[in-house]
Amino acid sequence: MDYVPNTKECEQEILEELGVDSFEDLIDNIPDKFIEKAGIELPEPLSEIEASQKLSKMARKNKNTLENISFLGAGAYDHFIPATVDFLTQRSEFYTAYTPYQAEVSQGTLQAIYEYQSMLCSLLDMDVANASMYDGSTALAEAVIMGVGKVRKSNKVLISPLINPRSLDVLKTYLDSRSIEYDFLPEKNGRTDFSTLSEVSKDVAAVAVQSPNFLGIVEDLNGVKDKISNKKAFLIISTDPLSNAILKSPGEYDADIAVAEGQPLGVHQSFGGPYLGVFTAKKKHIRKMPGRIIGETEDVDGKQGFVMVLQTREQHIRREKATSNICTNQGLIALAATIYMALMGKNGLEKVARLSLTKSHELADKITELDGYEMAYDQPFFKEFVVKTPVDPAKIIDKGVDQNILAGIDLGKYRNEWKNHLLIAVTEKRSSDDINKLVNFLGEF
Amino acid sequence: MSVQEGLYYTKEHEWVKVDGDTGTIGISDHAQEELGDIVFVELPEEGEEFSQGDAIGTIEAVKTVSDIYTPVSGKVVEVNESLEEEAEKINQDPYGEGWIAKIDMSDESELDDLLTAEEYENMLE
Repeated sequence: MDYVPNTKECEQEILEELGVDSFEDLIDNIPDKFIEKAGIELPEPLSEIEASQKLSKMARKNKNTLENISFLGAGAYDHFIPATVDFLTQRSEFYTAYTPYQAEVSQGTLQAIYEYQSMLCSLLDMDVANASMYDGSTALAEAVIMGVGKVRKSNKVLISPLINPRSLDVLKTYLDSRSIEYDFLPEKNGRTDFSTLSEVSKDVAAVAVQSPNFLGIVEDLNGVKDKISNKKAFLIISTDPLSNAILKSPGEYDADIAVAEGQPLGVHQSFGGPYLGVFTAKKKHIRKMPGRIIGETEDVDGKQGFVMVLQTREQHIRREKATSNICTNQGLIALAATIYMALMGKNGLEKVARLSLTKSHELADKITELDGYEMAYDQPFFKEFVVKTPVDPAKIIDKGVDQNILAGIDLGKYRNEWKNHLLIAVTEKRSSDDINKLVNFLGEF
Repeated sequence: MSVQEGLYYTKEHEWVKVDGDTGTIGISDHAQEELGDIVFVELPEEGEEFSQGDAIGTIEAVKTVSDIYTPVSGKVVEVNESLEEEAEKINQDPYGEGWIAKIDMSDESELDDLLTAEEYENMLE
């Protein structure tokens, strides 16, 4: 956005109109101790050409996935994004429109959200979806809070320890601030252990799990819902939306709520965000669902139209009783995901998922043939896996950067027992050449 | 608008009809009229226990949502599941087919805290 400075004369005019002597008079309600006295040291102004060169130079210090071969994952993946996605999302009709306060005027925006909701319900086999949340982590946290709000007189949740640690951090922040108790489920060989679930106490409101989990491993969720349904506890599954094109979906596992980080659906990695929080649920829970919901209807002339529905839900009218006060969504990012899903179609998504799966398995097989490397877990995985490395993964990662290879993520940062564990992700973008490059590179250690 | 004889009422416009230990709960004609078109009722679950004055569910009308407070303490023994499909029954027949739940009352003396039909009618005036 352009910055339009006021002239001295203009400033004086405003001050006179307001009846104050100086700008400082307008902010004298800010306590003195918060006012920066020394002044902020700013460099001299630059011309546009100088500023542009300086910023480009700074931007070139970032490692991007055009000039580097990326095997990074852990929640953000280098999937291919067709040019159409950017072209259409950047059309000014979509790009410059802020959240529609008079929603029904923006039929295009509402229809896009409606399509988004419909496609995600069909991908995850769930009944209803909202217009999206900030990101996968906040969607998970909102899901858990909704679970607790639903089951009366219950204030405890069970969480898989193999949920992405960054999502766990967000979740803990939400739960601590609401005094919701949580316990971690046990884990066994890279998977969540649900064997103790049938004995859990009656006061558990929800069980939350991620599949594929943080280690890329597909969790065995068969029978999990049965173990907790007599306690009326919610099953909450966080998932990779693409994996659902070929794997058993949250709906098939009878999940009450399914959430996802929507980044793999045509959203640029952008150094961490903005991303997309996918939020879906069973129909019977719709009134407890946070966020906006768009529905299809007919106008007085019988023509198709789109409206915001279920606005009497708690967060609008009864804020004090609401499980969530989030009424916004990631409009533009949800649009990108909608365009991506529409472009790929059912077959395209399936192809992307299958390619990611086969290529990651091809790479895993080749790496385990190298001396000193082995798979950390003997478990089914989707597009991401963990290998034990002969040297500190930090060394491998650093050296890889020099050769334009982003080799993976050092899991030792997250847990001591994960020292010498490297998390490697493979998308459909990785060619045989890319895969061989990483194998040869790893062979040097 | 009508107030039915023989029921006990709360100031929040619920009614309870006593039959032995069982109290049938609903909302008054005045309440349904104030709410307008009722589109959804969130019912309690059978077996749940509540104290007098607890919110046991909610009633959603086109423009507002309101809690249902139980006039008596006890355990829910039956809920009017037909309301899940036909919430408008509360508008049509608030004292009959629009009943909400039946509660096994744990303390009959609580009825003394409630209003008689006459007292409730006076309150509305």
